[in-house]
Amino acid sequence: MKKNTSNWQEFIKGIYKENPVLVSTLGLCPTLAVSTQAINGISMGLSVIIVLTFSNLIISLIKDYVPSNLRIPSYIIVIATFVTILKIIIEGFFPTINKSLGIFIPLIVVNCIILGRAEAFASRNNPLKSVLDGIGMGIGFTIVLTTLSTIREVLGNGTITLKIGDIGTIIDVGPLYKLLGLVDDNGEKAPLVFFLLPPGGFLVLGFLMGTINYLQRSIKLNLGFIKRRVNKNGK
Amino acid sequence: MIYFYIFISSIFVNNFILSRFLGLCPFIGVSKRLSASFGMGIAVTFVMTIAGAISYLEFNFILKPLKIEFLDTIVFILTIASTVQLLEMLLQKYVPFLYNSLGIFLPLITTNCAVLGVSQLNILYDYNFLEALVFDFSSGLGFTLAIILMAGIREKLEFGNVPRSFRGVPIAFIVASLMSLAFLGFSNLVKINK
Repeated sequence: MKKNTSNWQEFIKGIYKENPVLVSTLGLCPTLAVSTQAINGISMGLSVIIVLTFSNLIISLIKDYVPSNLRIPSYIIVIATFVTILKIIIEGFFPTINKSLGIFIPLIVVNCIILGRAEAFASRNNPLKSVLDGIGMGIGFTIVLTTLSTIREVLGNGTITLKIGDIGTIIDVGPLYKLLGLVDDNGEKAPLVFFLLPPGGFLVLGFLMGTINYLQRSIKLNLGFIKRRVNKNGK
Repeated sequence: MIYFYIFISSIFVNNFILSRFLGLCPFIGVSKRLSASFGMGIAVTFVMTIAGAISYLEFNFILKPLKIEFLDTIVFILTIASTVQLLEMLLQKYVPFLYNSLGIFLPLITTNCAVLGVSQLNILYDYNFLEALVFDFSSGLGFTLAIILMAGIREKLEFGNVPRSFRGVPIAFIVASLMSLAFLGFSNLVKINK
């Protein structure tokens, strides 16, 4: 383990440097399955943040009392308990979310991010750091999920849905389509349903990962270049 | 006839990986070598059939009579974990050659969402026991088919001239997208409205 990392670093690493989806490729199933509407991405992300934070907290509290060969089963029980609580709450208070996320709420249990963080982080660090790590990783996951689902919805349906039940709005990006000339014979916007279907999900995630890789590499190269220039001038 | 429909539908039409998005972690993680992906596919089919059947019986004969259906997630995940553990021990003792080839994949299966997904879908679709059994087994076969096809493509892809930023996982997703597009051609082949 790294020594003496500050709390802020533990929090921020999940968002960029060790982003669970883009860097570690964990938690892919819900990422692709629910990302057809922007709001699904947000609600799935929030559910994962809640479960991840609480399970990290509990696991880092009980880590000294669990025998090492019973580690995984006991962690899974902790996670499953929080998922069940969350499932009951969502079923009771947010039936529309329950309908659109479907079986992917119980499947948070086997989301590799949560067990992965429990095993790799919470079982070796103190409760405060574990909670921060959970929130950071959860936010990283949510950002990717929301980006992905917004791209897919804009391309596939021409809208951005930010609506739970009766609260919130649906933003129409029809004018953008018209500006770009993507219209059918009647002058209406013509989105590609392809992006809402499974192949579209794979394609968008593939290109998103590739683009991020490209940006990271070019930033690194440019930084190296600037550093060298500065050193030269300094001499 | 319904069994045949379920069989075809869960292999081709509603393929677990390519149209339901379940079990993607092993699909991307273990599909670099053909032999490894074959082992993973067989192991998943094995566990899916057994754990699916056991969790179906548990739900209908234990949870339902006691009216504690809300505990299904915890019960299913425990069932899967212990089935995997049991299988590992049994294989090690009685079928050592199978254990040697599947051994390293078995612990990974516990957190494979395809296995928990199959238990949940059995309940959601309201199958009877035999239908559930056919569904579990053929879903496993569909998973195996997809992961083997993927591994075959990725082995060839290693020699391809892929842009540097897209090497590894990103190009795998783009390949998966094309595969999924091809499997979309099977939709409406059979329709079960259940």
